[in-house]
Amino acid sequence: MDLKDLYQEIILDHGKNPRNLGKFDNYNKDAKGNNPLCGDNVHVYLRLNENKKVEDIAFEGHGCAISMASASIMTDMVRGKEEKEVKEIVTDFLGMIKEKDSLETNILKDDEKTKLMSLSGVKQYPMRVKCATLSWHTLTSALNNSDQIVKTEE
Amino acid sequence: MNIDDIKKEFPIFDDKIQNNDLVYLDSANSSQKPRIVVDRIYDFYTKEFSNVGRSVHYLAVAATNLYEQTRVSVQKYINAKDKDEIVFTKGATEAINLVANTFGQKYLSEGDEVLLTELEHHSNYVPWHFLRKAKNIKIEFAEINDDGEVTLEAIEKKITNKTKIISVSHLSNVTGAILPIKEIVKLAHSKNIPVLIDGCQGAPHLKLDMQDIDCDFYAISGHKMYGPTGIGVLYAKKKWLEDLPPYQGGGGMINEVKKEGITYGELPNKYEAGTMATAQVIAFNESIKFMEKIGIQNIEKHEKELLDYGLEKLKKNNSVNIIGNPKEKGGVISFTIEGVHPHDIATILDEDGVAIRAGHHCCQILHDKLNLPATARASFGVYNTKDDIDKLDEAINKCKKIFNL
Repeated sequence: MDLKDLYQEIILDHGKNPRNLGKFDNYNKDAKGNNPLCGDNVHVYLRLNENKKVEDIAFEGHGCAISMASASIMTDMVRGKEEKEVKEIVTDFLGMIKEKDSLETNILKDDEKTKLMSLSGVKQYPMRVKCATLSWHTLTSALNNSDQIVKTEE
Repeated sequence: MNIDDIKKEFPIFDDKIQNNDLVYLDSANSSQKPRIVVDRIYDFYTKEFSNVGRSVHYLAVAATNLYEQTRVSVQKYINAKDKDEIVFTKGATEAINLVANTFGQKYLSEGDEVLLTELEHHSNYVPWHFLRKAKNIKIEFAEINDDGEVTLEAIEKKITNKTKIISVSHLSNVTGAILPIKEIVKLAHSKNIPVLIDGCQGAPHLKLDMQDIDCDFYAISGHKMYGPTGIGVLYAKKKWLEDLPPYQGGGGMINEVKKEGITYGELPNKYEAGTMATAQVIAFNESIKFMEKIGIQNIEKHEKELLDYGLEKLKKNNSVNIIGNPKEKGGVISFTIEGVHPHDIATILDEDGVAIRAGHHCCQILHDKLNLPATARASFGVYNTKDDIDKLDEAINKCKKIFNL
């Protein structure tokens, strides 16, 4: 295990200065997620336009550097993408965090993939995987219009 | 027993953990186990095992005697009047659930109030919440002050003529505040209100004398007292155990079972339904002996020294904020580092073998009040040394470096 893999510069940067933090007025989908183990929580807001494209996305919440960076990078990455594409990215990301060595989707450009791969360090820290995945599960929940609060403990 | 040699009694410190010497600062969560406790479980299962209280064969009688010996040891250790006032449970959580359930059944009805404090562990809130749902009772919380303590006055302020029971921690697992439980009991009794003390953090670190404290109920966790998991104790005054209904039904707790009716067993069997955690109860006797051998005064003194040293050290460390400043404080230091989330602190410290806890420590009400989603917590046990605290301090510095503080 190496802490440098976990706390890469990009993670520290996004963790400290999360992008898209806050809430905007005309969102039409949202969902909450929390990690009961540590009390961290996230609320994802997004606006899907008539073409099913993510016009805007933001999140509120608090958590560790990993969870904040993950939500920050995620929101950056899915803005402007179609719902179908977003779902593919989420599946690909969760698959990578769980088991795969790399990202397979063609939707993301190489530099975007590199950015996302910076979160792969959590694989060596099983207790921290949930920090990285919470916002992604919450995004899925928002897209599916689920009223259920996403929980990392099942 | 020399306090410097105590660490050697714990096999967990013999080997490296992830290539590090273990700096275990999570005893408020659960303590490590001395060799005699671990060996006792092995010996019981390999040489002496039988169920207790039922059969008449040799092993069964011997096991029953061993099991009952622990009851007497606990009785003496906490200076209870009668050994029948000691009920074994699966933990302090079950002990509190037992009281909430049985006392609630018999004595609580709509509009009645249960008084807790803002620093209670979830295990001393959720069981009462069940009653709030089932019986529409009210739960009141005595407030913590700026130092993270609950004063007698704060308790008094929330007592009304509807207050039917008071249930408070002996020692906070977050701020370390030691509550004035003897005074709380005295005040409550002057108003005919019984008191339950959640002694999870009290029992491993403070001298206990049930007759002196005079509380009605006291819940103890075995695994925080250098004992096995799966074992706890409910101390309750005999009058309550005789008066309250049984908690769980099953074998061992009955007197006579007929199609038309059932009578219940005598104390303490009435509250020990089913096969109990026999090996753990028997091994718990060794935990008590271990603590007696060191002497609770020596444990208190040692942990106070560690606490003073730790507080002094961490207060000097820039950007470390210590949570709470109680005048009477046990060996718990909760802290935050400006700019680093507690979970990141815990992961980084762990890399150097420094085991702490991060999160809300099962005290969300308290963290809401403090306006902190989470804190990091270092807590001490009898095996800790000043060297452990130095290592904690160094690891915190590493953490700050990673986060460019």
